[in-house]
Amino acid sequence: MTLPANAPHDVIVADGLNAAIVCFPTIDQYYALVEAFKNDGYEMVADLCGVDYLEHMNRALPDGVVATRFEVVVNLLSLSKKSRVRIRLQAGNEEPSVPTLFDLYPGTEALEREAFDMFGILFENHPDLTRILMPEDWEGHPLRKDFSMGRVPVQFKETPAPR
Amino acid sequence: MTDTVRTTDRADILAAETSEGNQELKRRQETSKAELGREAGAVLRIDGLTLDPEQVDYERRDDETMIINMGPSHPSTHGVLRLMLELDGEFVLRTKPVIGYLHTGMEKTGEQLSYVQGPTNVTRMDYLSPITNELVFALAVEQLVGIEVPERAIWIRMMMNELNRISSHLVWMATNGMDLGSTSMMIYGLRERELILAFYEKTAGLRMNLNYVRPGGVAADLPDGWQDDIEVICDTIYARTFEYDQLLTGQPIFRERMLGVASITAEEALALGVTGPLLRSTGVAWDLRRTMPYLAYDQVDFDVIVGTYGDNFDRYSIRLNEIRESIRIVRQCLEKMPSGDYRTQDPKVTPPPRQRIGESMEALIHHFKLFTEGFHVPEGEVYVGVESPRGEIGCYIVSDGGPKPYRMHVRAPSFVNLQAIPLLMRGGSISDAITVISTVDPVMGEVDR
Repeated sequence: MTLPANAPHDVIVADGLNAAIVCFPTIDQYYALVEAFKNDGYEMVADLCGVDYLEHMNRALPDGVVATRFEVVVNLLSLSKKSRVRIRLQAGNEEPSVPTLFDLYPGTEALEREAFDMFGILFENHPDLTRILMPEDWEGHPLRKDFSMGRVPVQFKETPAPR
Repeated sequence: MTDTVRTTDRADILAAETSEGNQELKRRQETSKAELGREAGAVLRIDGLTLDPEQVDYERRDDETMIINMGPSHPSTHGVLRLMLELDGEFVLRTKPVIGYLHTGMEKTGEQLSYVQGPTNVTRMDYLSPITNELVFALAVEQLVGIEVPERAIWIRMMMNELNRISSHLVWMATNGMDLGSTSMMIYGLRERELILAFYEKTAGLRMNLNYVRPGGVAADLPDGWQDDIEVICDTIYARTFEYDQLLTGQPIFRERMLGVASITAEEALALGVTGPLLRSTGVAWDLRRTMPYLAYDQVDFDVIVGTYGDNFDRYSIRLNEIRESIRIVRQCLEKMPSGDYRTQDPKVTPPPRQRIGESMEALIHHFKLFTEGFHVPEGEVYVGVESPRGEIGCYIVSDGGPKPYRMHVRAPSFVNLQAIPLLMRGGSISDAITVISTVDPVMGEVDR
């Protein structure tokens, strides 16, 4: 499969498991790419989530993609074509900030709030970027890899290693 | 005098302690016009009526309306769903779900558990359809590893999955009946579900949270005489669905509260990412079992039930008829169940049989490695979606080559479907709000994960 006609032409693409195509746009290309897919018949954002690649900064990516610590992964679904497309956006290292998809797909509202809550990824112009799962006074973003797990102390065990 | 002061103090302290700050619905004065328009669903009509959020007519003063909390512990919210409703008298103007009260960090936990232990974790998300959760996790892991699952395991999975759909819809019928005042439906729904749970117990050893579907196959073969059990389950429940028809479908009070209440259009549903019975009620025939078949759903006959008006009654009829369709699938599974292994014999993912451990050093090593370290999954990432009773449940796994997922994300259908609630409730009365929560059918364990 190739990119839709009016997508930014220099988006890096690759094959993926269980997806017609995996796209690696830059932050500038991101919104235009999703918009092109929407016009091409991808009616729904099935899933949007963040990933923290703190421990894998030099992971395998197609040539030309600049790996960053945070990724935003969007899974688009086309009901008319029965196909899935995955977009892996390199979101940045410190203070990741990407455009929101709310204007294109209002259904991403809660998913983007979750990604913000869990990873601290900012979505510009999101209408209501607040925590969604964690309490309001929570400090930090729990799914980041440098967020401590905490542990339950076990009596009579000498090694204090996390389980 | 002093008493009143103390109570107001206490109320303030309570309000401060339980506040969710910005996550809450704000008062009308504090909300911008664009925000009001968004909450009223104006953005959903970008393609149709081109309604600018700024132009939504909202000429109500703050003292005419009232914000109340429904939940987090309200019997009809099916768990710990907290809805903040702005009311004008009896009618709902704005709604905002405040969630997270059941958040237990299951995605973080999933990163600490190996792929062998993973199903125990995910099965607890949507506690009404545990098999579907395990299935989507197992399918994702199998895609990453590239395991071929034996034919019999596929059909067992499919049969258990459909039994699960029946039991989940039965609980829905029960709680929905309860919300609408039909307590007999509550008892009947749970009674029939008990048949399926008893079969689960016989097969997997547990009634709920089975940990039955695992990467590589299923945990145990079907018990002796399972055919008889399945036939009893199918016959009983199929006959009883017609009793539900008599009890609810034609009943005037029930119809009054369901017909034409809280409708949603196909465009709105798609824009919100809503799936499952909620989407099918609008007439979109989107069922992953049919449209993007997994397991062996392309080898069985069943109908995808769709509605027309997208209202409460359509959602009710879809679920009732899906019970019948699932029974059809289960009967076909009964007929076509192949013989053979119920799990793959690949020693890397499946523990060796008990007898081999005593005889062979390799078997002992495999067994030990599997349960201490787990198996390694090649580097990669995959998203798999399957049809749960509530919609598309998806699992996104990133593997870094180790024995534990680097990132495990579950796309919970209830979590996304919850976004439709403000739209469905707007303009309705509080009694309609109860039916909306009921027919959207959120499972909070899955919403909050």
